[in-house]
Amino acid sequence: MKILVVGGAKTVYFLARAFLSKGHEVVVVNRDEGECRWLARRLNATIVRGDGSDPAILEDAGALGCDAVLAVTPNDHDNFVICRLADRHFQVPMTLAVVSDPDNEQVFSQLGVKSVVSVTRLVTTLIEERAGFEEVMSFTSVGEGRVNITEIVLTEDSPFAGMTLREAPLPADSLIACVVRGGEAIIPHGDTRVSVGDRVVLVTLPGSHGPAVKAITGEP
Amino acid sequence: MGSPPHEYVVIVGCGRLGAHLAERLSRQGCSVVVVDADEARLSALSVEFGGFRLDGDGTELATLKRAKVDKADRVVAVTGHDNVNLMVAEIAKRIFQVPKVTARVSDTRREAVFRALGIETVCPLTLAAEKLLRGLAQSEVAPS
Repeated sequence: MKILVVGGAKTVYFLARAFLSKGHEVVVVNRDEGECRWLARRLNATIVRGDGSDPAILEDAGALGCDAVLAVTPNDHDNFVICRLADRHFQVPMTLAVVSDPDNEQVFSQLGVKSVVSVTRLVTTLIEERAGFEEVMSFTSVGEGRVNITEIVLTEDSPFAGMTLREAPLPADSLIACVVRGGEAIIPHGDTRVSVGDRVVLVTLPGSHGPAVKAITGEP
Repeated sequence: MGSPPHEYVVIVGCGRLGAHLAERLSRQGCSVVVVDADEARLSALSVEFGGFRLDGDGTELATLKRAKVDKADRVVAVTGHDNVNLMVAEIAKRIFQVPKVTARVSDTRREAVFRALGIETVCPLTLAAEKLLRGLAQSEVAPS
């Protein structure tokens, strides 16, 4: 894939590095001369200096033939214009914007940005999850926030401890997709029995997330 | 801007152009709300300005809701940033379905692209250039 990334600082550096390591072609657009030099020395990518919300700069950067454009500048309005230009003017099939204002997740999607990530929402969800349940080890969202993946350690308080998954009362729209026991990962079936110390990987939809976590941890 | 009286107009950006428009439209009898993130600019509006001043960032949905953009007959986005103006204009037009939306865009290339996307834009540079060129053309045919 050819990926065009607009933005600055370490975010762009690490994103570009990750894409390059997976064999993608990367173009970075950055408006700061010093940062461009720094990036050019460290990345095997094309670096274009300029304002990524300027159609001429995007064209120079090869936006016309791109598979994806990622707008990760600190300003929501700049990211919006970058994605709109990529989508409508350059017909880039995939556009992604990072936004600060969580309301903009909805706004951007409604206005045609294909994928929107709200850092604020990710971090608040993460912190709420951690603060609420100590057994919840990690939490992540996929499918644009519509699917949650949560890792939970079964304690003695867990009503599930000792049960087979068939017996375990999980709410609808939730699934235990994996059980990690003593460093070994098991893809479970109905007869798999879970016990204290097991780490279960739970897949939920947003509506079933809270009830499913409560059912597993036994917290009220 | 020839807005008929009693229109409800939201102006985002209270720089020289925004303030000037706000004062004129208010004098013509329009209901005007001016939005700017800089309170000092709002206080600098003339005492004759009879509309509302709203301290907030126009690219935040929450601010636009407070300005009752959903009820507006017209939204004019005239901050000093092209991208802010374009984003405000698209939100007003496509999320709040405001009938008349205009964005000030200084960069001529960006203006052309967004105009093609259906956003009504005003570019001060293009306007000034057209006026000057018309003036030149007239003086060329005028007898010396």
